[in-house]
Amino acid sequence: MVKKSRRRFEIADVSYLTVVWLIIIISSLMVLLPILHVLAASFSSSEAVIRGVYLWPRDFCLDGYTAVFQNSKVLRGFVNSVLYTVIGTAFNVVMTICAAYPLARNKLHGRKTIMMLFVFTMLFSGGMIPTYLVVHRLKLVDTFWSMIFPTAINVYLMIIARTFFENTIPNDLYEAAHIDGANDFQLFLYIAIPLSKAICAVLALRYAVQHWNDYYQAVLYIRSDGRQPLQIVLRNIMLATNIDIDSMSAMDVEQYAKLKQLSYLLKYSLIVISTIPMLVLYPFIQKYFIHGVMIGAIKG
Amino acid sequence: MSGDYKSVSRVRARPRLLRILKSDWQLYVILSVPLIWLIIFCYVPMGGIVVAFQNYNIRRGIFRSDWVGLRYIKMFVNSPNFLQLIGNTLSLSVYSLLVGFPMPIILAIALNECRFASIKKTVQTLTYLPYFISTVVLISIMSQIFHLRFGVFNVLRNSLGMESVDIMGKASLFRHLYVWSGIWQGMGFEAVLYIAALTNISTEIKEAAIIDGANRFQCMINVDLPGILPTIIIMLILSVGNLMSVGFEKAYLMQNPGNLRQSELISTYIYKLGLEQAQYSFSTAVSLFNSATNFVLILTCNLIVRKLGGSGLW
Repeated sequence: MVKKSRRRFEIADVSYLTVVWLIIIISSLMVLLPILHVLAASFSSSEAVIRGVYLWPRDFCLDGYTAVFQNSKVLRGFVNSVLYTVIGTAFNVVMTICAAYPLARNKLHGRKTIMMLFVFTMLFSGGMIPTYLVVHRLKLVDTFWSMIFPTAINVYLMIIARTFFENTIPNDLYEAAHIDGANDFQLFLYIAIPLSKAICAVLALRYAVQHWNDYYQAVLYIRSDGRQPLQIVLRNIMLATNIDIDSMSAMDVEQYAKLKQLSYLLKYSLIVISTIPMLVLYPFIQKYFIHGVMIGAIKG
Repeated sequence: MSGDYKSVSRVRARPRLLRILKSDWQLYVILSVPLIWLIIFCYVPMGGIVVAFQNYNIRRGIFRSDWVGLRYIKMFVNSPNFLQLIGNTLSLSVYSLLVGFPMPIILAIALNECRFASIKKTVQTLTYLPYFISTVVLISIMSQIFHLRFGVFNVLRNSLGMESVDIMGKASLFRHLYVWSGIWQGMGFEAVLYIAALTNISTEIKEAAIIDGANRFQCMINVDLPGILPTIIIMLILSVGNLMSVGFEKAYLMQNPGNLRQSELISTYIYKLGLEQAQYSFSTAVSLFNSATNFVLILTCNLIVRKLGGSGLW
């Protein structure tokens, strides 16, 4: 009797584990296959891509990449995106730390009220147009700073940073330093900031990803070609199905078809190029990213 | 504090304020820049919502535009696309919620059952990766793969003797593409939170359950799931609160004349009205209607959870 029920459990375990492994395998493949395909296609020749490239490059060549780097818009977009990301992230981190640190000090009067002011913006916001009108009023539309200022603080990340300060720096430490004659500025500069390298890394990485991948701000605020980030350039190239009419009239049908194939290949290479900076950072990012989620989880 | 404090509070009111300022002024200085930012970029726009009740003219500004009351809200509710917009937005978000919400939980539980630490870590790293891909790139990858003539999907179909299908341009497929690409991108990221919650469950409870004769499936149902329930509930309330605010970006990027019938959402409509046609007041009215509905949804959801005995968000 006992033996029989034991066997039934084993069968149940085996079928359960089969489902578990199926889920693991399917979700990994689901993620892996499209990524491999994009990489493979970007390193193939344009003729091969049209005939079908699956998971391994055919007629290995760098035509796509040469075509991408010959495009001045792409280079400009790349440089712009780097600038937005570097300057924007620096600004974000400073602003977030400046908000998080005072709010983590329990001696601050009115700390709950100020915190509520921040949290409320997560639940309710003015929306697209009123925010646009404010940016417009400040004469920031189509300037570099319109990509930086409106998103200066992500309240969710600010709460994570605040929780970090609360958990890692005990109040006694502040009090001890205070008795030794340090004022709040000195506590901030010589105690809080040196101890906050981990949280600065978390913030910087998350803000950097946000900036690099940003499309929304640019589509709202940036008008002139010279200031467009790479995401917008990529989008415009994706939408452009036809090559300039001027250059088209001069060539025959065969040439036209070739250019069309090349433009299809170029899109693959461009996709890779606009993702590479994040993927190169990824191994470093991942550790801190998960770290960041954990700090948030403690709060939740 | 004490009784006599209250009786002299008027007299002490000024000294108290001075005392606070004296002890905290440096903290307030540090906080001032973020606070000014918060007021300018979050609270001024909230005040700017009044343009929904005005016939806003960008030259005259908020203070000199004419008031029109609820005209634009009424105009939206009576407009022919009102029901279509609400329907598109709600069905897309409910679909995302129903399918997209359980996926990370399932993945987290599956990974939690995996006893090989290296495989678990590799799969976690891999499924986490698409989160770093931008929406623009995601949509670009989709339109490359499903390209009508050259895309690998149609090349494969043709080689099997089937006809090409314009996946991206079909209205009936828009929701599936939207939701499943969202799962592709977000599943691993969202699973991290549940995996963290799962590792916090003490192994003793699980061992006790096994001694009592539970198999692994029963363990999962009776120990793991209740253990991560608080996390699930918090995430659920947050997702319900976002029901009406389906991202503008992704839907806008996926739109084309073929699928507009299903892909026109409230958020994309707001953008087109406001920024492409400069109808600031009408657009703001639509957006106000949207965020008010949203706010009510999140309050209701929180209330229900608290009535059911959960802890809710606040």
